[in-house]
Amino acid sequence: MHSVLQRGNAILAYALSVLACLTFACFISTVFLDYRTNAGMNTVKVVVKNVPDYSAAREKNDLGFLTFDLQTNLTGLFNWNVKQLFLYLTAEYETANNKLNQIVLWDKIILRGETAVLDFKNMNTKYYFWDDGDGLRGNKNITLTLSWNIIPNAGLLPNVFAHGQHSFKFPDEYTTSRM
Amino acid sequence: MDIATMFDDVKRMNKRQFLYQVLSFGMIVSSALMIWKGLMVGTGSESPIVVVLSGSMEPAFHRGDLLFLTNYPEEPVRVGEIVVFKVEGRDIPIVHRVLKLHEKENGTVKFLTKGDNNSVDDRGLYAPGQLWLTKKDVVGRARGFLPYVGMVTILMNEYPKFKYAVLACLGFYVLIHRE
Repeated sequence: MHSVLQRGNAILAYALSVLACLTFACFISTVFLDYRTNAGMNTVKVVVKNVPDYSAAREKNDLGFLTFDLQTNLTGLFNWNVKQLFLYLTAEYETANNKLNQIVLWDKIILRGETAVLDFKNMNTKYYFWDDGDGLRGNKNITLTLSWNIIPNAGLLPNVFAHGQHSFKFPDEYTTSRM
Repeated sequence: MDIATMFDDVKRMNKRQFLYQVLSFGMIVSSALMIWKGLMVGTGSESPIVVVLSGSMEPAFHRGDLLFLTNYPEEPVRVGEIVVFKVEGRDIPIVHRVLKLHEKENGTVKFLTKGDNNSVDDRGLYAPGQLWLTKKDVVGRARGFLPYVGMVTILMNEYPKFKYAVLACLGFYVLIHRE
């Protein structure tokens, strides 16, 4: 005859192994999926200023301002192993100071079940576009890309780039007026 | 199996058998250590598995979720990745996302992080006077995610008595249980 302890132990061990198997199946069923899709973006207003950065070393740095349009439909990315999408809009450019600069201008969390059809017009950025120096004025090639980090229920955490990007340039003169 | 029968097992053992049990206990401990150190070599990270201890990345990661890290030197840090980093004067590593990044021609890189659930970037969390993180601060990059499993270690750390009780029970069971 089995004691209560033995029965409890057997039930617990069985339940845990079933749970582990299901979790693994959930992970393996979505690991090879392609999570890329199209996104359209555009800049509306672009200006640059040269002002002291009080959040950092208080030196005068270039600060870009822009507003953007963004259209994409991410509904197809969600499946049973996508808990959340972390969307982020990155500006990538090269300056004399740095070979590569990447600044996240805007981000958004989309949980499963929330609407994933985005159509923004003339949106403001969420974060400041500070350069590390004064490499923004007259910069000819700033590339905007949309990416997302997939947060699964259990599994890998891939960062995926959208198809589609937008390049723009900053004006040759600083704006002095208040915005 | 009640207490008396459990001790019967021990009584029926002779010295050799008891020594054998002690040895197999040692085997378990040393193989656990080997697996951990092996993971360190395989992933390049000094701490390949971490438990999320704060809510600063919610709703992606909650307290008690488990993260698997890699830290290959040839893989560059990029914006949008989730890094685990150490700050001077803080014992507990922090899990946050890269928000801004500047990389020089010679490969030196400096970056700023932010928690998804925090409204400001991490400059307030860094050491006094520190404005950027560099590669040497990074413990690893989050690559895999498993929910809830780390809750056990949080319980153990918050209730040390529970930890000693579990360890004692396991050790006791291995020592007296006959194969």
